[in-house]
Amino acid sequence: MSDIQTWTLVFVVLTFSLYIYIAYRSRVSDTAGFYVAGGGIPAPANGAAIAADWMSAASFISLAGIVAFAGNGYAGSVYLMGWTGGYVLLALLLAPYLRKFGKYTIPDFVGDRYNETARLVAVVAAIVVSFVYVAGQMAGVGVVFTRFLNVNTTTGVVIGMAIVFFYAVLGGMKGITWTQVTQYSVLIVAYLIPAVAVSQKVTGVPLPQIGFGRILEELNALQTDLGIAQYTEAFTQTSRANMVLITAALMFGTAGLPHVIVRFYTAKSVRAARFSALWALFFIALLYTTAPSVAAFSKLQIFKDVSGTSLADMPSWFTTWASVGLITGPAAADGTMPAVADLNGNGVIDITGAASDVANEVTINNDIIVLASPEIGGLPAPIVGLVAAGALAAALSTASGLLLVISSSVANDVYYKKINPRASEKQQLLVGRVAMAAAIVVAGYLGINPPGFVAQVVALAFGLAAASFFPILVLGIFWKRCTAKGAMWGMIVGLLTTMAYMLWTIDIYGNSEGIWGIPETGFGTVGMVINFVVTVLVSLVTEKPSPQMQELVEEIRYPGRTALVAAHAEGTDLG
Amino acid sequence: MDDNARREYWRKNLTLMAVLLVIWALVSFGAGILFVDALNEVTFLGFPLGFWFAQQGSIIVFVILIAVYVWRMDRLDAEYGVEEYEGEVHHS
Repeated sequence: MSDIQTWTLVFVVLTFSLYIYIAYRSRVSDTAGFYVAGGGIPAPANGAAIAADWMSAASFISLAGIVAFAGNGYAGSVYLMGWTGGYVLLALLLAPYLRKFGKYTIPDFVGDRYNETARLVAVVAAIVVSFVYVAGQMAGVGVVFTRFLNVNTTTGVVIGMAIVFFYAVLGGMKGITWTQVTQYSVLIVAYLIPAVAVSQKVTGVPLPQIGFGRILEELNALQTDLGIAQYTEAFTQTSRANMVLITAALMFGTAGLPHVIVRFYTAKSVRAARFSALWALFFIALLYTTAPSVAAFSKLQIFKDVSGTSLADMPSWFTTWASVGLITGPAAADGTMPAVADLNGNGVIDITGAASDVANEVTINNDIIVLASPEIGGLPAPIVGLVAAGALAAALSTASGLLLVISSSVANDVYYKKINPRASEKQQLLVGRVAMAAAIVVAGYLGINPPGFVAQVVALAFGLAAASFFPILVLGIFWKRCTAKGAMWGMIVGLLTTMAYMLWTIDIYGNSEGIWGIPETGFGTVGMVINFVVTVLVSLVTEKPSPQMQELVEEIRYPGRTALVAAHAEGTDLG
Repeated sequence: MDDNARREYWRKNLTLMAVLLVIWALVSFGAGILFVDALNEVTFLGFPLGFWFAQQGSIIVFVILIAVYVWRMDRLDAEYGVEEYEGEVHHS
């Protein structure tokens, strides 16, 4: 076993034991604890849990790689702005009001504010969005285990499933929340240490957010030499309009993701819900402002170390990642990725862009940039192990949050509200736990047979969330006249149009150019606008909501206990 | 709160939201995308300014926007006597 493997094993065993211990300490026995941790999580802890829940395998493992290699550099900004900007919408438009409403799930809000059919549509949308998203997490777990512990993907995913199963089924939201607080600490330390070390080493500035400015000129010059558009140049791959559409889809999707919104129900009060949003974005911003610097430093180092070097002289990280097939030659005609080879026979390996006379000979998988960054930067083995543990923390924390949404949708919104309204607490908990277990198995299967590469799949979930939930949640709070039929049709039309467009344009299914060159990742914005328009138009031609419902909407706008919200929370039907 | 106070509270809340959301759109869609070329003419700490907004500045401003919102809403709640105390839990 190499040094790196030993250290990885140490950190993985250490962190996993910690998660299990915490989960055991915070096990629950009632539904309020299982779904929303009894609504008693303090704001900073809730913020850290939201951040861990939010920052998935895609954020931790793929984000820096996408910024560095999926485009020239600037093009990756859509993810940086998109995945943080949504929190402003959440904090201002949704979190305080949904917390005042005080139920368990998004379908709960939809069902109570609108009607039972709308609740059902919301349940289906929540489950679809969550499964699309969770598949990416399990695939991320597989990547880490394969590379660092030398076990195959299936074993890796099964180990991950077993851990999540233990703490999510036992502790529900309470167990998940406190585990996520720990997972946030692990993942942020694992992300920041190598970034600070590399920035200090290369530029002498220990703050990567500042240090990264020092190397941009060199990186720009190097990319020009290699025939790639400059790192900081705008709109070389993605047009201005598409940058706007994709960023917006990610932002509005963030504000419509069921597993994020549900976290605000766990806050102690309306005020605590606002503070949770602030803490969450603060914790997220620590990683999201570091990611672009990791991208730039790694890219510069990779160009320097690899381009123009002969295969025999490659650094050791290059050889190890090439051996697991994550550094390869350019795609062959049949779509397979052959091993790196000196194709033009000039004695060295070339990394070049479209504008160069020399053909490119290397493809680097986006998912390895962060995992390989300590090795690329020449940092010692314990740090490599820590990064692996951090990546697992990111994937597992997000997976568990999503699984809880699926489980509570089935147990609360379907079983309790539709099938057996007289179910006891015990029965509901049992159904919740069984649903959770089933969801874990499905997620594991999707992780072993992933439907695409991690971040791309996740990016689609945002489009679907933006097109289905965001408009009807906002209108439900800010427009008393919004009716059940309006919301229902808005959701259905928005969701179906967006799904159809995605199936039509994604390479593996339809592979069409689409309309006006709008990419599938940006179409969520269009779907959202369609949803808004349909909801408003149908609401205007249908009968107004009851005066009591309008009064309830009025009351959720103010903090503090008010009569109608209290009555509603106790289960009075307001029609 | 009586109806008048409610209307006033809500109007102030909406105004605050509108101002913050305009800034939100200006730093991300504005500085980071629509006007990025013009801003890139200016360099600061090695960063072309438009690029900096797209990868750093907008995120920092987002955090500040929520901080301002939380702070102003706390004051508004106190002004209208609807402030909350920790430990107040109401769940079904």
